[in-house]
Amino acid sequence: MLQHKDGSVQNHQHGWEPYVDNGGTSLAIAGEDFCVIASDTRQSEGYSINTRFDPKIHKITDKIMLATTGYSADAKRLTEVIKMQTERYFYKHEKNMESHAAAQMLSVILYQKRFFPYYVFPILAGIDNEGKGCVYSYDPVGNMERVTFQVYGSASGMIQPFLDSQVGFKNQQNVDKTRLLTKEEAISIAVDSFTAATERDIYTGDYLEIYIVDANGIHREQKPLKFD
Amino acid sequence: MSYNGTAIVAMTGKNCVAIAADKRLGQQFLTVDMDFQKIFPITKKTYVGLPGLATDVQTLYKSNMYRLNEQRDIEPKAFAHMVSSTLYEKRFGPYYIEPIVAGLDKNNNPYICGMDLLGCMDVAHDFIVAGSADENLKGMCENLWEADLEPEDLFETISQALLNAVDRDALSGWGGVVHIITPNEVITRHLKARMD
Repeated sequence: MLQHKDGSVQNHQHGWEPYVDNGGTSLAIAGEDFCVIASDTRQSEGYSINTRFDPKIHKITDKIMLATTGYSADAKRLTEVIKMQTERYFYKHEKNMESHAAAQMLSVILYQKRFFPYYVFPILAGIDNEGKGCVYSYDPVGNMERVTFQVYGSASGMIQPFLDSQVGFKNQQNVDKTRLLTKEEAISIAVDSFTAATERDIYTGDYLEIYIVDANGIHREQKPLKFD
Repeated sequence: MSYNGTAIVAMTGKNCVAIAADKRLGQQFLTVDMDFQKIFPITKKTYVGLPGLATDVQTLYKSNMYRLNEQRDIEPKAFAHMVSSTLYEKRFGPYYIEPIVAGLDKNNNPYICGMDLLGCMDVAHDFIVAGSADENLKGMCENLWEADLEPEDLFETISQALLNAVDRDALSGWGGVVHIITPNEVITRHLKARMD
């Protein structure tokens, strides 16, 4: 507060906001022996697009990927912390961290900042120690669940019911609800989800990054989405 | 708009249209009624869905029925314009409703139209969604809808869109109703859904 000599008061205080929502959408689908992780690459703030290419999926080990949404700066820091810890683990034990260990570690890292959280909705996905596809989803303070599919971000409201229907076979009769998708099915559902979401959600678009993690390693694909 | 909770969706098909809604009436998170009517027949080939504040749903429906005393069937397009002006009459103290009109015109061409609470019309060729589950419905419809569906395929599409959308919305669901409007008849089916 700045007080002039004539007694008038000018308010010069700008409230500092520690969090921003940078939009974007990430999803992961687990298969029998593989995992599909997909995310758009738009990074925005309000009505302006900061960049059209800011990947939200990061490689943690040869078998684990981390997909994020929420506040981009926090997401980058969180990725850095996890990478640091998994690397320390590797040099100490001379083996890569397994996905269940990394999953538990991520939960702890998030909860350590319980009262000033990372504003990030992480999805940890890859191959578990039995070679099966795995997806772990979290809230910003570390609540964790192992699931077969998950979507987070600005278009999650549009995509999650679609995945419930097409991946979880919800509200369908005479189907095997425990059936896991084939690689081709999972990829095509991921692509369809994003092309549909891009039509209606202004925060999702530009490019689609798809990672397929299986016994052969990590395979990356990129597709253009709408630029508008 | 999300005080009572609603999900209403309309879709076009090949010489047919479908309109579907959930059945829940709530007061925020307390469920009051599990068989609340949100879609109303206007003529044999025109239906209106009224999502929003339940008290205004019933008031608006009654005021429109009163106006419709013309001894002949109204076209869906004309009806939509009538609902639109009824809403705009209350420009500065609106009914909290975002209506959806669905019907077949005199040539049996599909007509669907959505509106905001002031009556601004949105005539679509594909689908219209409204209510507290509108985002969920939007995602389902954008993925599932295709052009020129036959009545039975349209029923399956709109039912899947509705059921999966309301299951991810706490305020709507508890059963659903689907009307398929064809040139000869209106097929009405009630859907069983998760009761949570």
